[in-house]
Amino acid sequence: MKHVKRVALYAALLALALLIWWPLWFIVMGIFLPADELSVLLGPVFGEGEGYARWFLLPSWPTLESLAELLLDTPEFFAVFWNSCKQAFPQAIGQLLVGAPAAWAFARLRFPGRRALFGVYVVLMLLPFQVTMVPSYLVLNGLNLMDTVWAVILPGIFSTYPVFIMTRGFEAIPKSVIEAAELDGAGQGAIFFRLGLPMNLPGLISAFVLGFLEAWGAVEQPMTFLESAENWPLTLYLPQVVMDNLGLSMAASFIALLPALLIFLFGQRYLEQGILQGAVKE
Amino acid sequence: MRQKKPIQTHLRQLKTVLPFLAPSLGGLCVFVLIPFADTVRRSFCNAMGNRWVGLTNYTQVLTNSAFQLAAENTAKFLCVCLPLLLGVSLALALMVRAQHRKNSVFQSTFLLPMAVPVSAIVLLWKVLFSDSGLVNGVIASLGGEPVSFLSTNAAFWVLVVTYLWKNAGYDMILWLAGLDNISRDLYEAAAADGAGPLQQFRYITLPELRPMVGVVGLLSLINSFKVFREAYLVAGNYPHESMYLLQHLFNNWFLDLDMGRLTAAACLMVLVLLGVIALGRRYWRLETG
Repeated sequence: MKHVKRVALYAALLALALLIWWPLWFIVMGIFLPADELSVLLGPVFGEGEGYARWFLLPSWPTLESLAELLLDTPEFFAVFWNSCKQAFPQAIGQLLVGAPAAWAFARLRFPGRRALFGVYVVLMLLPFQVTMVPSYLVLNGLNLMDTVWAVILPGIFSTYPVFIMTRGFEAIPKSVIEAAELDGAGQGAIFFRLGLPMNLPGLISAFVLGFLEAWGAVEQPMTFLESAENWPLTLYLPQVVMDNLGLSMAASFIALLPALLIFLFGQRYLEQGILQGAVKE
Repeated sequence: MRQKKPIQTHLRQLKTVLPFLAPSLGGLCVFVLIPFADTVRRSFCNAMGNRWVGLTNYTQVLTNSAFQLAAENTAKFLCVCLPLLLGVSLALALMVRAQHRKNSVFQSTFLLPMAVPVSAIVLLWKVLFSDSGLVNGVIASLGGEPVSFLSTNAAFWVLVVTYLWKNAGYDMILWLAGLDNISRDLYEAAAADGAGPLQQFRYITLPELRPMVGVVGLLSLINSFKVFREAYLVAGNYPHESMYLLQHLFNNWFLDLDMGRLTAAACLMVLVLLGVIALGRRYWRLETG
């Protein structure tokens, strides 16, 4: 009886996991398919050929020609990939540079209006982009930054979600440690750099992982603030190429997935921690 | 604390705090707070932002048929999705936990979609859900009637499934933490009294998790606004009307630079969200120190 239950549990988990593994496998396998096979299999979706799209679990004749074409013969792809990097990394790093000291102030320093101000940060973190889009547009337009990478990076850096996560991390540092340092006569700056940052490394990584994944997958911000296609990141470029060339868009999907996947694999623990920081009452 | 005049203490405190807080707060003022005040002001002005028009923009938004459609769809989407998401993710959490294993592969798997950028799965979604796509291929081979997923009311359900696919893992992590916090003694005592697993779930697990429902629900609500990405990338600016959401409306008004309506709608949305946050605050560890 116990065995039956265990098997049933695994079968159910496996079935659900397949809903996630299969789509990823689709993307991975897509890069191994030659372009002509792709258009035979998926042609019906894009108005070529009769019947329904088909798909197999394994490529019959694996090749990397699409990936090679993308990486070697499509210079515009590099520009787009570079655009994505140019927008995602500065955002995630900037969030740490600006946010970590602010988080320290909220968690460790006492000043008038601290709770109220933190409340403002929390409310801002909860507002969807569609609400902040209008104010952001007003100021970006006023500063003549529309249609530059800064239009995506600058409002992103001042996102308050990372501050919130890091504040939780700094709050978790035992008071006695900080008090000991204060007794030794260390200034707040020194305590922050020598004690706070190293002890809250997991919190910083959590904020970075969440911030990067968010920036890497961002659609709304670039779509709203970037007009010229030459500034577009992968997220806006990909839906465009789908129609033109299946092989290329398969390979491009894979490349778009790769950095996010790597960050996930290395930072999963921190990602989970970051998710929990915002929610769980202790 | 030393005896000093409070005002001097405050000044000293501010002097220490300022270097830490200034970059963040300054940026926030420039990019959000000040322009937000301007947004509120503009919501009472004409499109050029130079003449006071009272509540005209607000009445225009509320009587606009596109707004009504989008608000209704969004409300419907949330009413369907949030309970489904909470249920599905709790089921996942219970199943993963029933394995009694640390670092479960399944736990990582279910969280994984959160990291997958929507753009990477756009092609796949088209292949799956278009009229002659894979799903219809399967339906046809089973002898069923093909469904036009993206151009009928079924579009709404494609969006629901996508939302669940992407967000169930996030909520599962929250539930797992909640389940970890339930004392084992409760279960042991119940088992000693002869309570079966279902009874234990009904009388221990559910009541103990109740305080978390508010938090998980609120976070899911916030994340639900991002479903626009999927909807937009799969179906563009004007999708089937069953999945025309407030996010599409905002986007289209933005493209028209319809500042009067846009600012009024943004203010309305903030008011609604502030209400939700005020209700959820009780369950949520939002305050500091």
